[in-house]
Amino acid sequence: MFSNLSDRINNTIRKVRGRGRLTAQELDGVLREIKLSLLEADVHYKVTKSFVNKIREKAIGKEIEKSLSPGEVISSIVYEEMVHILGEKNEALNFSGNPPFVIMVVGLQGSGKTTTTAKLARFLRTKGRNPILVSCDPYRPAAKQQLSIMAKRVNAAVFENDGSSAVDTAKACLKFAKQAGKDVIILDTAGRLHIEEDLMQELEEIKKITSPKEILFVADAMMGQEAVNIALEFNKRLNLSGVIFTKIDGDARGGAVLSIKSVTGSPIKFIGTGEKVEDIELFHPDRVASRILGMGDMLTLVEKVKQAETKDTDIIKKLKTRQFTLDDFLEQIRKVKKMGSLAGTLKLIPGLSKIRLGNMEEMDKETKSIEAVILSMTKEERKNFRIINASRKRRIAKGSGTRVPDVNRLLKQFNELSHMMKGLNKRKAMQMMQNLGSYPKMF
Amino acid sequence: MTFFKKLTESLGKTRKQFTEEVHKLGGEEEKIDEEYIERIEELMIEADFGINVTEKMVEGLSKNKDIKTTKDAELFLREKTYSILKTVEKPLALREKPFVIMMVGTNGGGKTTTIAKLSSLFTERGKTVLLGACDTFRAAAIQQLEEWAKRVNIPVIRQKEGSDPSAVAYDAVSSANARNIDVIILDTAGRMHTKKNLMEEMKKMKRVVKKVIPSAPQEILLTLDATTGQNAISQAKEFNKALGITGIVLTKMDGTSKGGIIVAIASELHIPVKYIGIGQELEDIKGFDARQFTDALFAI
Ligand SMILES: Nc1nc2c(ncn2[C@@H]2O[C@H](COP(=O)(O)OP(=O)(O)OP(=O)(O)O)[C@@H](O)[C@H]2O)c(=O)[nH]1
Ligand SMILES: Nc1nc2c(ncn2[C@@H]2O[C@H](COP(=O)(O)OP(=O)(O)OP(=O)(O)O)[C@@H](O)[C@H]2O)c(=O)[nH]1
Ligand SMILES: [Mg+2]
Ligand SMILES: [Mg+2]
Repeated sequence: MFSNLSDRINNTIRKVRGRGRLTAQELDGVLREIKLSLLEADVHYKVTKSFVNKIREKAIGKEIEKSLSPGEVISSIVYEEMVHILGEKNEALNFSGNPPFVIMVVGLQGSGKTTTTAKLARFLRTKGRNPILVSCDPYRPAAKQQLSIMAKRVNAAVFENDGSSAVDTAKACLKFAKQAGKDVIILDTAGRLHIEEDLMQELEEIKKITSPKEILFVADAMMGQEAVNIALEFNKRLNLSGVIFTKIDGDARGGAVLSIKSVTGSPIKFIGTGEKVEDIELFHPDRVASRILGMGDMLTLVEKVKQAETKDTDIIKKLKTRQFTLDDFLEQIRKVKKMGSLAGTLKLIPGLSKIRLGNMEEMDKETKSIEAVILSMTKEERKNFRIINASRKRRIAKGSGTRVPDVNRLLKQFNELSHMMKGLNKRKAMQMMQNLGSYPKMF
Repeated sequence: MTFFKKLTESLGKTRKQFTEEVHKLGGEEEKIDEEYIERIEELMIEADFGINVTEKMVEGLSKNKDIKTTKDAELFLREKTYSILKTVEKPLALREKPFVIMMVGTNGGGKTTTIAKLSSLFTERGKTVLLGACDTFRAAAIQQLEEWAKRVNIPVIRQKEGSDPSAVAYDAVSSANARNIDVIILDTAGRMHTKKNLMEEMKKMKRVVKKVIPSAPQEILLTLDATTGQNAISQAKEFNKALGITGIVLTKMDGTSKGGIIVAIASELHIPVKYIGIGQELEDIKGFDARQFTDALFAI
């Protein structure tokens, strides 16, 4: 769903990736782009504003102390903030206490309630439950037939009570389900506007009679700015236990998902991905946030960024005190390797996923040869590289399976690095590190 | 509730909100400052005008030296909006017989209900109407249409669920021809504009109709749910590209959504807006009136 949103954020972030610290002005520019992309995705104006402000606050705090590139800092902040809003993990349906458990499905007209009712029944049947469905919609023409037909498709029972009011139907179904040994009752309700007082009262009454474990608000993912007010009113009247977003199989950017969660706090439990009964998925906030930012596994990246932060500080200290030796350098390379092959690691980094793979494999090869060269040196040589003369170079090249020019290049770069260390700020030092041995700009 | 009351009430809340909000910023004659501009921007975005239209309008506002007070600004925005909407105010005329209308749109937008409303409108004007149940896909879609047809007292041409929608369209149009019917309205299944095969299916329906009556379908109407945000632009674009949309019906305007997205669609795609839907009953439909709509979006 969020493809366009993620492209936009990625493009913006790519513009600043790998560069030095952002000026206040540049940060404003990035934040403005994020704001526009959120608004274009139909995230509510106020939600957008507070989202962008949070990103700003966090970005300012982080940037000064860390040696990461601004792009990485911002994308991991955006990610964390999105997860913060959307929730950490999927929240399952509540089946605590004694059956039958009542699930009430509510929402605006045409949002997908009836279809979702059947989808839920199918989902629950695969989990070994025995649900009964009931249409509490005496208004819409053929609403009851629609539910009956769909129930048949998923092999679920339907309670029929033609001609009764919505409230009476719910009541009768509850009684029937207890006798029939059904453990879940899913109540499909008629579509209604949040401002239709009589119909909202009807829902309150159904709630009072059936004490539902779940009241799920079915919302169309294509909704615009009003999504917030609509969901707030439903939530106020019914205290929603969850939200299901439908029609995410279109190309809507799905801002309503962020807006509604942010203002109601009700967890998003499922998403509807099509018209068929099997087109339903559990909602995984972290995965969706990753998808929004268009990156493989953002969680892993966030962890790696954190690891890198501590590692950076160690190295910087050594660089500053000029104790940095080829051994430290080796250790550095091994840490990078431990983080996974470069090719793999790079794929996790937002924006960099588009770098040609061939290049990355070359880089992997190159790290291996640097490692081999250093390993072929004696302890003495590694501590003081200045003692490495021509014959030592030949020996090292032979031992590492490289050529003398390779050894020379490594030593030259290492020498330059240690020379330039004094008086360099942290970020520049890191950039030096990265350039050494054609390191990709990773951190 | 009377029709007029319903309309003024549903449109009124939009109007009131905007006016009240704008005027909360100060008296009508206040000077324009940055805060005012930002508030205007916010109100327009919240009305689903979208960022492009909003920025363009606000830019025009800032550039115009003659605008000095908030009252000037409001007038400027309103007239600008009106001038855009006026270009798409082109009422539907039943200019041929038989007149074929194909109703299309994304899922749950209000196609079937709008068809019922239109049928009622046309029969009241003394026209004979026949419906084609070309949504053979969704559960009970045919029954839903039949139920409405019964209420309006008009015939429906149908086949079994799952049959080829183009075949139903062919049947409906041929049968109407034979029966000397004035208006044929074809209900189609809701579909996402991103689904290629489903868009192709719709194109085929249009071709089949043309085989029977070369000038038909005279109207291909797209229902847009007023609750929809910026995705409505994408919907309009794709349906238009596939079929050549002749008009839009903006449904569910009785909700609290402002329908500002129609301004963006009008300025970008110039597709006429034919009707607005303002409820779930047969009489809840109204011809699109640019002035009224603008007034509803802004203050009078
Ligand atoms: N593409 C797509 N269509 C969906 C999805 N969920 C529901 N629909 C379609 O949306 C339309 C409306 O669905 P319904 O289940 O009838 O909606 P409802 O909320 O019960 O409607 P009312 O009872 O009239 O308020 C139908 O055409 C469904 O097939 C989804 O996830 N994706
Ligand atoms: N409040 C309100 N509800 C409307 C309006 N138009 C349609 N509806 C409701 O929206 C829901 C869906 O309407 P349908 O006419 O079934 O929509 P559709 O586009 O035919 O749906 P599919 O065929 O499933 O794609 C129903 O509950 C209608 O009563 C309107 O103008 N206002
Ligand atoms: Mg329904
Ligand atoms: Mg329909």
